[in-house]
Amino acid sequence: MTPSRPSPLARARRSDRSGAAESDPVPQLDDPAPSGRPKEGTLDGLVASKEIVIACGPGGVGKTTAAAATAAMAAYHHGDRVLVLTIDPARRLADALGLTSNGRGGHGLGNSERRIPDEVFRAATGASPRGELWAAMLDTKESWDALVRRHAPDARTRDKILANPLYRNISGRFVQSHDYIAMERLYELHAQGKYDLIVVDTPPTRNAIDFLDAPARMSEFFSSRLLRWLTASYRSRVVNLASRPFSQVADRILGTEFLADIAEFFILFQSMYSGFVERADAVTRLLADRRTTFLVVSTLEATPVREAEYFARALVARKLPLGAIVLNKVLPTYFRDRDAASLAEQLRDSAGSLAERLGGPLGTDRDLTARVLGEVAESFLNFGVVARREAEQQAELATRPEVLTTVPFFDADIVDMEGLLRLGATMWH
Amino acid sequence: MADARPFPLLDRRLLFVTGKGGTGKTTVAAALAQLAAGRGKHVLACEVDAKGDLAALFEAAPTDFAGREVAPGVVAMSMDTEASLREYLKLQLRIPVATRLGPLARALDFVAAAAPGVREILTVGKLCYEVRDRSYDLVVVDAAATGHIVSQLAAPQAINDLVKVGLIRSQTDWMLEILSDPRRTGLVAVTTPEEMPVNETLELAGRVRSETTVELSAVVVNRVLPELFGLHEEEVFDEVSAHGEELSKLLGGDAGPLLEGARLAVTMRRTRAGHLQRLRQGLASEAESSGASPPPVLYVPYLFSRAHGLRSMRQVATALGEELGL
Repeated sequence: MTPSRPSPLARARRSDRSGAAESDPVPQLDDPAPSGRPKEGTLDGLVASKEIVIACGPGGVGKTTAAAATAAMAAYHHGDRVLVLTIDPARRLADALGLTSNGRGGHGLGNSERRIPDEVFRAATGASPRGELWAAMLDTKESWDALVRRHAPDARTRDKILANPLYRNISGRFVQSHDYIAMERLYELHAQGKYDLIVVDTPPTRNAIDFLDAPARMSEFFSSRLLRWLTASYRSRVVNLASRPFSQVADRILGTEFLADIAEFFILFQSMYSGFVERADAVTRLLADRRTTFLVVSTLEATPVREAEYFARALVARKLPLGAIVLNKVLPTYFRDRDAASLAEQLRDSAGSLAERLGGPLGTDRDLTARVLGEVAESFLNFGVVARREAEQQAELATRPEVLTTVPFFDADIVDMEGLLRLGATMWH
Repeated sequence: MADARPFPLLDRRLLFVTGKGGTGKTTVAAALAQLAAGRGKHVLACEVDAKGDLAALFEAAPTDFAGREVAPGVVAMSMDTEASLREYLKLQLRIPVATRLGPLARALDFVAAAAPGVREILTVGKLCYEVRDRSYDLVVVDAAATGHIVSQLAAPQAINDLVKVGLIRSQTDWMLEILSDPRRTGLVAVTTPEEMPVNETLELAGRVRSETTVELSAVVVNRVLPELFGLHEEEVFDEVSAHGEELSKLLGGDAGPLLEGARLAVTMRRTRAGHLQRLRQGLASEAESSGASPPPVLYVPYLFSRAHGLRSMRQVATALGEELGL
């Protein structure tokens, strides 16, 4: 197959925003009241019984959108006060949540929580949500600063930490600090007790399970013997640093000034040590609590499925509650149908004669019609190959969560609350 | 679009391939290595996150830091920062490694966890070393995802800013020289014609220019859907769709799913075409704002294949070869 050159202008016909693929009935959106109690074995039921939902999984599978849709559904139908804590969402998602610009060039989502106006729901469905939807975006730097302000023993230490070049680098750029700070922020928000449900969209990590270990790593880091030794030797200038083999080597590699920055950073941070470790342990406990559940989101592409499976197994191994697997962007099931496939073959093989018999009544050009029929058949067979590959991937998912839910390929992007609720509705049941 | 730049992509010495998760970054990295090897080059393909996916695309067992030939002309290796450190100490600093490695590795591990850039520089340093060493014509890196690639590529500069003296400082200078030379080093961003991947690619283009010294040499758009209907054909399709029952009768079965499937394919493609246009415009205006020309955009078709592996990787290589005018 040769690459077909995209020419977006060539087909500037009316845009079809029909939402979900056919064959998957779209639930009605206009009634926020639940019809009876949420059923067990559904995402609806699972979410209704939890206080924290952590959406995780490989990158590029629609995790952020799935988290937002889950939160929107819970706010709309369950009547809960729900917060969705998201990491760097697309502007379009902020728009979908109805959060307009904050006037600073941003998109209205910030480190502090904001309520999604009921009007946004009314515009989508004609009805107000039974509960409240709040949203916040994780700003790593701001969250770190807040953490330092909370744990610093005095104003002087606080200011020195905030000004330390290494700290500024770590809080701004240090990749793993995202993982920790997201979990830390979750703990903080949960402890406030302001929300019935918090849905967290986990940060994209190099390794999907990194963030699970982040709190433990953080406390281990601050309690390491090596660290204490290093800072101690810098603190008491009695020791002749240059005489120590480690310092000698470290000095040669990194330079004295940099080592001094590191040492100052850790000396300062040690004043917050116990607060930090205590918190990290509490965060770890919260993740394993029965009020928490994990939502593994994936598509049925080979690599994401493998990562999702790995992740699901890691959760089980850590005795963390694997609540649901959400399979996103799955092709409609009719593509897997054998009868339809053989009908497509028949259409492909007899496109000419069919066009002749069909073309008359339709009044369309015979050759053109034959070509269209042939393309319809070919396209169906092509997507059939992909759909069967997906079915196979799905069968290979070995780890069984409480809930397994499949979301069809939406042929249009999710750009508003209506889209979010539509997606949510297909996840829900 | 052919490579509009004077300097051909595969004639560089070091290519970092990045992309949002799920866009096919590893496949494109493998395909570029395959393509170069097919043109007689001796290629090192390095996987940075050590998941074993890169070697798997050559139907080979996972590789380690030492590397192994996985296809004629292609040696694959997996990055291992500790092994990189060991090699670095041995080669560059002439430190007696055997006696000190235990405590030193722990110490460095801890510094690496604390100091941004240390782990990254061990990665980038090894790759630059392979370029300088000249045992390969081309080093292709299945690099960090878009979210992390900038800190990886900017590591030598970051270290330069933080570390004022010492041997590391003297090491970063020659790395920066290699990384800053667009005839030697290039970044390839892989994306798909979908909203988030396009957003991330555009954001990346800006950040690469402002925060690193590396050139964004090409953007690969993976999984481009073929155009289903040509001129006038869609009108005929609408007409046929409106008479689905007649078609079903003639076929002797329900033609509904077939027509629905085609409708889905058309709308999917239309949505994606919008994102493609946004990508091209975004790249153009980003480049314009700094008086540069935008990177070439290479298209790889959606593969309706049974499985991912050597075969689909080769198909991607063929498509990329055509796009590069090889």
